[in-house]
Amino acid sequence: MDLTLKVWRQDGPGKPGEFKEYEAKGISSEASFLEMLDTVNERLVEAGDVPIEFDHDCREGICGMCGVMINGHPHGDQKGTATCQLHMRKFNDGDRIVIEPWRATGLPVVRDLIVDRSPLDRIIEAGGYISVNTGGAPDANLIPIPKPAAEASMDAAACIGCAACIAACPNSAGQLFTSAKLAHLNLLPQGQPERYKRTAAMVEKMEEFFGSCTNHGECEEACPKSISIDNIALMNRDYMMAKLKDRRKFGQR
Amino acid sequence: MTTLDAKVPAGPIQDKWTSHRFDSKLVNPANKRKYEIIIIGTGLAGASAAASFGEMGYKVRVFTYHDSPRRAHSIAAQGGINAAKNYTNDGDSIFRLFYDTVKGGDYRSREANVYRLAEVANEIIDQCTAQGVPFAREYGGLLDNRSFGGAQVSRTFYARGQTGQQLLLGAYQALARQIALGNVTLYNRSEMLEVVTHEGRAAGVVVRDMVSGEISSHSAHAVVLATGGYSNVFFLSTNAMACNTTAIWRAHRKGAHFANPCFTQIHPTCIPVHDEFQSKLTLMSESLRNDGRIWVPINPDDTRPANDIPEDERDYYLERIYPSFGNLAPRDVASRAAMRMIDENRGIGPLKNGVYLDFAEAIGRLGKDVIEARYGNLFEMYERITDEDPYVVPMRIYPAPHYTMGGLWVDYNLMTNVPGLYAIGEANFSDHGANRLGASALMQGLADGYFVLPYTIADYLVDYLNVAPVSTDHEVFKDSEREVDERMKKLLSINGMRTVDSFHRELGNIMIEHCGLARSKAGLEKALVQIPALREEFWKNVRVTGTEDSYNSELAKAARVADFFELAELMCRDALEREESCGGHFRVEHQTDEGEAQRDDVNQAHSSAWEWNGYGQAQTHIKEPLEFEYVALAQRSYK
Repeated sequence: MDLTLKVWRQDGPGKPGEFKEYEAKGISSEASFLEMLDTVNERLVEAGDVPIEFDHDCREGICGMCGVMINGHPHGDQKGTATCQLHMRKFNDGDRIVIEPWRATGLPVVRDLIVDRSPLDRIIEAGGYISVNTGGAPDANLIPIPKPAAEASMDAAACIGCAACIAACPNSAGQLFTSAKLAHLNLLPQGQPERYKRTAAMVEKMEEFFGSCTNHGECEEACPKSISIDNIALMNRDYMMAKLKDRRKFGQR
Repeated sequence: MTTLDAKVPAGPIQDKWTSHRFDSKLVNPANKRKYEIIIIGTGLAGASAAASFGEMGYKVRVFTYHDSPRRAHSIAAQGGINAAKNYTNDGDSIFRLFYDTVKGGDYRSREANVYRLAEVANEIIDQCTAQGVPFAREYGGLLDNRSFGGAQVSRTFYARGQTGQQLLLGAYQALARQIALGNVTLYNRSEMLEVVTHEGRAAGVVVRDMVSGEISSHSAHAVVLATGGYSNVFFLSTNAMACNTTAIWRAHRKGAHFANPCFTQIHPTCIPVHDEFQSKLTLMSESLRNDGRIWVPINPDDTRPANDIPEDERDYYLERIYPSFGNLAPRDVASRAAMRMIDENRGIGPLKNGVYLDFAEAIGRLGKDVIEARYGNLFEMYERITDEDPYVVPMRIYPAPHYTMGGLWVDYNLMTNVPGLYAIGEANFSDHGANRLGASALMQGLADGYFVLPYTIADYLVDYLNVAPVSTDHEVFKDSEREVDERMKKLLSINGMRTVDSFHRELGNIMIEHCGLARSKAGLEKALVQIPALREEFWKNVRVTGTEDSYNSELAKAARVADFFELAELMCRDALEREESCGGHFRVEHQTDEGEAQRDDVNQAHSSAWEWNGYGQAQTHIKEPLEFEYVALAQRSYK
């Protein structure tokens, strides 16, 4: 198939950028979206030009490294699919495809389609863990966890940290990412001792970088792992409780 | 002649690790902050080691070429992690896990290391559960297990088809906590391009900031390489695009021995190649073989769709040839069996390059819901790539390069022969012999990082109390920085006619043909002519555009491929000198009448370590003899 690409090119952080058009001719419909970009890049190098930079790695939809806006949709418009899992058979011969980096103030462009997602690491560092040192953990079967609780925790833990939720949000809010990590940990018995401290710390760190949630729901639509916005409700409840609860009484049942 | 001292402690195997920990010197808690440790890589091994060191009080710097530690390729591991908990009451024990792993590795691993791995495996499950890793559970709330290849017990813990992701997130979160506490400093988008040694010891590393192109030096008391495997030497593999050999190869060039480079694993269940522009291969977890049945049509000319082929015209060849292990035969055995089917022209799919993995029977028995709960994300991944629904038609699978058992030679302390330089996880050679069993990579990465290296490193560090690391102004660092800078400038200046990928693809084709599933003397000799010629052409005719002082992934890729050429040559030499078949190394000259691997325990019961002698010089072959006191050497049988 023959395609026309309109791609955002930008030399570096803070530098001016612009759209450039590229012809992508003779692309197989069996190719993945990133393999299509590989082909375009190989041709650019052969012509002596600088290839289009984009983040990618596992190409199995799990590492969270890839992700671009495709025709205005994060990871394209196939639901529950990361950019690397998108295949050209979902496009038509002659299509014109607009490819942009994630657009959010909190995620500045590094080069071309690559953005800086380090704020997500900062949010995890603020409290996205259970504070246990290596060694001395009790037997794994000491704490039975009801299967539905373990499953709900796993549903949230499936987040790949790609930041599509932020790119999709008209407010560039980081709620879905942050709440997915909070739900993963706060739904488990192991996560209870730090539940409210964690929630307050992560929410406040998130707000340093990203906008506010106004319940558009675009994030869930864009999420390649279909993480539910129910997690945001859980987070909001826990955040409120974090401000009300007397943590000195947590030892009581 | 150099000899190798594996430093295996004396005593009965079940006491070695305990007595070794007692005999090792300790660093007093208050003194730990006086030591600096550099860790390269943030996968399971690197992240778990960095977090553990940080918790202990060491000053740690950790480097990753990704934007975040969580991207490391451990994240893509699907199936599970082994431990000998015996939660399923099927007779498992530490000794059985040890025995299965030695046997699975076709008796080419070091017994003491493997025993220790089996010994600490249970602690890993406890640790990860305490961290909040959401392992699969039974309705009673206790942990669930499933089976994996090469074992007749159910000992694999899992989190759906995303076990690697959940374990890595656990380690990453522990690491994040140490970063927040200031015990660990993270350098992201920073690629290590040289190991620096001084007076024979590891002194530090030279790294390149991938965003600014800045080259800088970092010194420390010890350097830990946790940089994974080198399957991407084959171009097409299940590894992530960025996985490479550069860190361990640069260490090799600075004197660290490279061990068993030819021991590579070809995984039986990957989605077959579909086209020549393909960039990578996708694994379908071995766990699928719990419920999936592998078959090909009996008649090579059968062109009917899979579901139209009646039961009695199908050959469930693994169940036929290996009745006791059936579809759960180990990876090397299952891969070769698939290769034989395809060689007999019984392959399926448009290119006749696959075999069927069929879930119809399991769906009939258990229902679609159960299969979806167990493997839902894998089925979805398959559907995305192939546009076929595996709930309705059988999956098509084919063997593909997946894991490398070889790596830097390390002793019992996980230290290379260069003092102060350690290799952990897939980057070392130590635990899997000639073939790794499923769900053992995650086990080894976390064992090394959480429970082995944190103890063994003190024994080395203790002698350098109050000795400052070599200054980064020292000429050994300046020379290395200059060398790295020149390497980058050289790659940019060639301005030839071919792209990096075109060279990499050609190298991969040579390797898969001559050093892949089956190897022959003639083929390896041919590869040893082709590879140096291609390498020479690369250095004359590669084209890398862009600049050195900005984000330039073509440049990074070119530097990695340059190192793959040198590694590829060593792999072929190692394969040529190992005159036997064992595990993933199958020399066509050495096979039983039934086409199984034929070991030579008289002449080949050793690990091969290769000593660097300078660019353009052949490496020296050093043998570490392998002694088996606890596992009797036998022809491996899964029948």
